[in-house]
Formats: sequence, structure tokens, C-alpha cells
Amino acid sequence: MFESKAGVLLVGGLGFFVLAFVVMALIPMTIYYGEPEKTIDDLAQDGILHEFTQLAERFPEQFGKHYGEVNYKSYGEALELGHKLYVGEGCWHCHSQYIRPVSNEDRRWGPRSYAWEYQNVLQRPVLFGTRRVGPDLIREGARKSNDWHIAHFYKPTSVVPVSVMPEYKWFFDEEGYPNKKGMAMITYIQWLGSWRQEYPYWNGEGPTTQEPTPTPDETTVARTNDSVDHESTIDGHGGAG
Amino acid sequence: MTNSDAGAAALPKNPALSDTGPLVDEKLVLWYFLASLAYVFIAMMAGFLFSLQFLQTYPFEGSEFWSPGRWRFVHTQGVAYGFIANAFLGALHWAVPRLTMHRVLSTKLSWFIFFAWQAILLATVAGVLSGQAQALEWGETPVWIDPVAQLGLILVAFNFLTPIFKTKGPMYVTLWYFIAAFIWTPLVYAMGNFLPEYVIGGSAAGAIGGLFIHDLVGLFVTPLGWGLMYYFVPIILKKPIWSHGLSLVGFWGLAFFYPLNGIHHFLYSPIPMFLQYGAVIATIAVELVVTTVIINFFGTIIGRGDTLRTVLPIRWFYVGMIFYFTTCLQCAFQVTLTFQKIIHFTDWVVGHAHLVMFGVFGFWILGILTHLLPRVMKASGWYRPRWNEWHFWLTGIGMLVMFFDLMIAGLIQGFAWRDLAPWEDTITSSVPFWQLRTITGTMIIIGQMLFMANVVLTWKYMRVPYEHPAPTPTPTPQDEGGAAPAVA
Ligand code: HEC
Repeated sequence: MFESKAGVLLVGGLGFFVLAFVVMALIPMTIYYGEPEKTIDDLAQDGILHEFTQLAERFPEQFGKHYGEVNYKSYGEALELGHKLYVGEGCWHCHSQYIRPVSNEDRRWGPRSYAWEYQNVLQRPVLFGTRRVGPDLIREGARKSNDWHIAHFYKPTSVVPVSVMPEYKWFFDEEGYPNKKGMAMITYIQWLGSWRQEYPYWNGEGPTTQEPTPTPDETTVARTNDSVDHESTIDGHGGAG
Repeated sequence: MTNSDAGAAALPKNPALSDTGPLVDEKLVLWYFLASLAYVFIAMMAGFLFSLQFLQTYPFEGSEFWSPGRWRFVHTQGVAYGFIANAFLGALHWAVPRLTMHRVLSTKLSWFIFFAWQAILLATVAGVLSGQAQALEWGETPVWIDPVAQLGLILVAFNFLTPIFKTKGPMYVTLWYFIAAFIWTPLVYAMGNFLPEYVIGGSAAGAIGGLFIHDLVGLFVTPLGWGLMYYFVPIILKKPIWSHGLSLVGFWGLAFFYPLNGIHHFLYSPIPMFLQYGAVIATIAVELVVTTVIINFFGTIIGRGDTLRTVLPIRWFYVGMIFYFTTCLQCAFQVTLTFQKIIHFTDWVVGHAHLVMFGVFGFWILGILTHLLPRVMKASGWYRPRWNEWHFWLTGIGMLVMFFDLMIAGLIQGFAWRDLAPWEDTITSSVPFWQLRTITGTMIIIGQMLFMANVVLTWKYMRVPYEHPAPTPTPTPQDEGGAAPAVA
């Protein structure tokens, strides 16, 4: 078997691949099987973000041109386009979208991520990410104002001088107002994390259950605290959100 | 001056050695290699460009077409499917017919695949640059290209599996790896590109995404890479592989444990924890397997250590193997949950990825190109062997320094994040490391340019016209060692 064509092909090639697929892919698939995946409409029905309405109020003319009225449809459309841009521009190679229960991440950004939070079409394929050049964004919603994002996308260094984030000038029209893309991007970013009851979160000041952010000389405290029991990552899905 | 140069220089005297007649389509091999060189240059320039973003000196700031995120796709896609896949396909067209003494299924099909693959690559570049990427790491190829690429991979498998299955009797190690790779690659591609997009969403799709990232390296690049090493090293050293038993352990260990690693890319994520533990254990097991392969290859070179100095391809191969051992050793540690707390999401991982994809497989490919290019160009040797030495040292030092640079940067970032330093501070403290990264990248690019210039000049000045001799029967491969007819 070990050196025969059939052995290599069927056992090594096919067999072991299937085994690994069952263990590493089918098991998680069955665990979350039947967990409904929210469509764009479902997400829109969850409630139109205040920030979306605000865009319409601030830029009525441009908003009217791009999205018409504030309603579930236009809101869903903005979310969808924002997601597409997030993927197409490679934001997810510089920003992650999950918070781990370790390394004080829940203090920096808010509660750790749960499986149910990813059961929607805007996480298809899931945008966990593997690199953080910029901060995690899964709890970004309402952390910053629309105006901040407008300035930031136009020229990140104008708000954060050391920023290495690219400028996204094509999210704006000639007069410098956010265009369809810009509004979509901001809507999408502001939506992240909005599905949780208690948001926004910002460094230690949000309604989190954690102690406030330690001042630099308290970092020793942070050190001892960072070993959150990782067992708790096993998620009762839909569980303790 | 290297052995390969010497071998190639001897070529006009004994042209039959390089001319296996219709068995190997050497022109196709050459074209694949040239395509590979073109893509590695594009990919490197894209990487260089993206690295400038980190120094706030991006030259095309604010331009949609030059959006840094999109060029990063070109970097990774260009390396995986342009550089590595093209070079491997070329080398396969060289090695498989020689090992099996049979032609590939169809030469016409081979050329069709060649042009189709280049079309797929161009479409991929155009697609990601126009913002149509798919949200799948290493699989950013726009969704509408995926089915075509899938078809291409299946055709590749048939094209090469046919000659392999025509052979009788026991197979040489290389062919085990190749058979497995031809089965795995289309399966992996299908799993990664279609399931998370169309069938399953959420965290389960994350598990599949992790599996895809990992399997692309482990089940496509790794088996083809090792297969080629088992082919080229004994031929150039003119001695058999040290231990057949270890070859068996290495292959079967890899086949069993490697596919089980995927989820280790998303540790502490919402994917169920018991699966994460499983992936961690399988990863550590892979490290043990890898060690046996490394021992086998170092056992092989015992007694011929001088070739590390004198034969450039061998040096590329063995330095690549040392890097392979380094990455795998690193992996056995970084995969533990303790390390993950700090290093995940940092530049450490970026350094690791560069060492695997370029330091290992890139080095092997460059070794193969150094060895074969003069032959497939029908040249009497390299135009400037010395430039190839420069190529090696610039690339080797650049790679090594980049690796340590990013590793240290990763540790600093990881600890600073854990200690809740303001994000801006973690950027400022990374900048010196990012500067060094750009410098090392530039070294690698300069080396690569020298090599490409050498290829052009070799083509121009070193080709020797000679009469095609009557086809001489080439010896049948017996076992490892005596494997193939080519002589270094
Ligand atoms: C080259 C890497 C890179 C890319 C690509 C990138 N970013 Fe960033 N981003 C950063 C860095 C670094 C920061 C932190 C400094 C700052 O605030 O500008 C940041 C900060 C942010 C913030 C502010 C987070 C906060 O709360 O402070 C948001 C929102 C953001 N990015 C969104 C995006 C979006 C949307 C995209 C894609 C269109 C994107 N980023 C692409 C690197 C990047």
C-alpha cells in the first residue's frame, strides 16, 4: 500500500484529505447547522442605524442622488456596497474582525466575539482577518462619528498623524462630499458591532463589564489579568451575548 | 563557477544529454520558467509598493487604481499562482516524463493549459485591481475566475497522472508526492473557493478558510516542492537518497497530519475550542515529520558537503531546507496558545509566511531555475555565473534579515497591544522595522533583477547552435538515485 499507486492515490491523497475535511470542516459545519443566516433584508429590519439617517440629514442632496430615501432598502443597499468595498480594497488585510478572550483585547475593544455574530451574509466568506496593522473593527460601530470617518477616509493622517492607512479619495466626489461608496463604507463601518445591545465601546470607557483601562503604570495588573480562561471560547452559539 | 555551469558547458560535446527528443517539451518548460520570472518580479514590486505604504511614502497615494490593498492581492496571488505555480508546472514537465519514460497525456493540452493559466493570471490581476477580490486569503481570485481555474487544475492533474499511471512496478518517492499533490490541489481549491462563498457562512466558513490557507501551502506547494527536491538533489549529487524508510515516514506523516492543521490560523476565534486543540496537536506532529525529511536530506549530502560551496543549485536547495526546518520549528512553538496570545495578528506571522513561501519554496524554485534554465535555453552555460552568486547572497541575506526583523517587530507589537499601549504608539515603534523590511525587500529585488538580466544575456550570447542528434534511448529509471537520465 505504502508505495503503490492505488495506496498513494486513494489512502494518502483522497482518504486523508476526506478525513481532515470531516474533522476540520464538517464538524464545525454540523455544529452551526440550522443556525439561521441573516440576509441583507433581515439585517436592515434589525433597525436602521442612526448614523445612516445622519448621513441623509447632513448631505441631503448627495444622499438623495445616491440612495433616495432613508428606508430598509437603501440601508440594505449601503450595507451591501460597504461590505463589497471592504473586501475589494483589502481592508481585511489590515484589520481583523474578531476579538479574542486574551491579551486584554476585551478591554481595548469590547466583549470578545461569539459565533452567532457571524451568522449573516455580510460575513460570507467570514472576515476574521489574520493581521492587525490597524485596530480590530468588529466593535467599531458608533465609536467614532461620521465626520471623523469622513476626515479619516479622505486623509487618515489628518486625524491620526502617524497613521499608515491609505487615503481613500475615491470615496468622495469632486466637491469633497462622500459619494455613494463613501456613504456605504461609513454605514458598513458604523454597523459593525451595532447588533449588540450595549454599544458603542471605546477603550475601557464603554459599557463593558471590565475594569476601566489601566493607566500605564498599572500595566503589571494587566499582565496578570490577561490569562482569561480560554475554555470559555467554546461557544454556546447564540449564547451569552 | 558552479557545477551546473560546468555541466552546461560540456553540453555541445555531448548534446544528447540535454536533448531527450520528444519526451520532454523543453520549450514549454522554458516558457513556464519565463512566465514564472515575470510574475515573481511583478509580485515583488507589488510587495515593495505596499511596504512603502507603511512608511507613509506611498507614491500613488489617493489613486483608486493604485489602492495599496488591491496591490497586496497582486503580491500574494502573483507569488502563489504566478511564480510558484508556473515554475512548478515547468519543472513538472521536465521531471514527470523523465521519471516515467512516458510523455504527458497530450502536448497540445500542455500548451493549452499554459496559455489558459496565463490568461487566468492576467484576469486575476485585472480583477483584483478593479476591486473584485473574493474575501478569502490566498484565494482572492475574483469568483468568476474560480471555476475556470478549477478546470485548469483538473486538466493539469489528468495531464500528469496519465504518464504516471502508465508506469509499471514501484514508483520513486517523487511520484508519491506528485500523485498526492495532483489529487489534493483541485480538491483544496474547490473546498476553499466554493464552500465558504456559496454553501456555508459564519464561523464554520472560517474553519474552512483556515483549512484552505493551510492546505494551499501544505497540499499543493509542499508536496510538489519536496517531490522536486527528491528528484533534483540525488541527480545533482549523483547519489541516492540516504534512507528509503525515512522517505516513507516523511511522505505518509505529511499526508496524514498536514491536512489536519487548518484551524490553527484562527486560534481563540469563535470556532469551537476542541477543534482548535486538535489543530494545535496535529501541527506539532507535522514538525516531527518534517524533522525526519530534513534528516534524510542531510544524510544524503554527507560526503558531498563541498557541493554547498561549488554547486549553486544545491546551495539554494539546502539553504531552503534549513529555512524549512526553521519555519516548521517556529511553527511548533507559535501554534501553541501561549505564543498565540502575543504573536497572532502581528508582523511575526508575516515574517513566517515570507520564510515559508519565499525562503523555502522560492529558494527551491530559484535553484531549479539556475540549474535548468541554461539547458532549456540550449545555452552553453550562464552568461555571468558570478551574477547568480550575487543573486543568491542578496536574496539569502535579504530574506534572513527580513525574517528576524519581522519576528522582532511582531513581538514588540504583540506585547505593546497586550499592555494596552495606544495604537498610535504601536505604529511608531514598528516604523524602524518596516523601514528595514523595505530595505531587505529591495535587496531581494535587486538580486532578482540581476538574475533576470543574466537570463536575457544568456539567451542572447550563450546559446549554442548544434545539430539535433538521432534520438538516443534514455535509461529507464531504476530506483531513487539513478532516477533520471539528466546528468548534472
Ligand atoms: C495598510 C493598512 C490599512 C489598510 C489597507 C486599511 N487600514 Fe484602516 N487603519 C490602519 C491603521 C494603521 C489604523 C490606525 C491609525 C488610524 O486610525 O488611522 C487604521 C484605522 C482605521 C479605523 C479607525 C479605527 C479606530 O477606531 O481608531 C477605521 C474605521 C479603519 N481603519 C477602516 C478601514 C477601512 C474601511 C479600510 C478599507 C477601505 C481600511 N481601514 C484599510 C491601516 C489600514
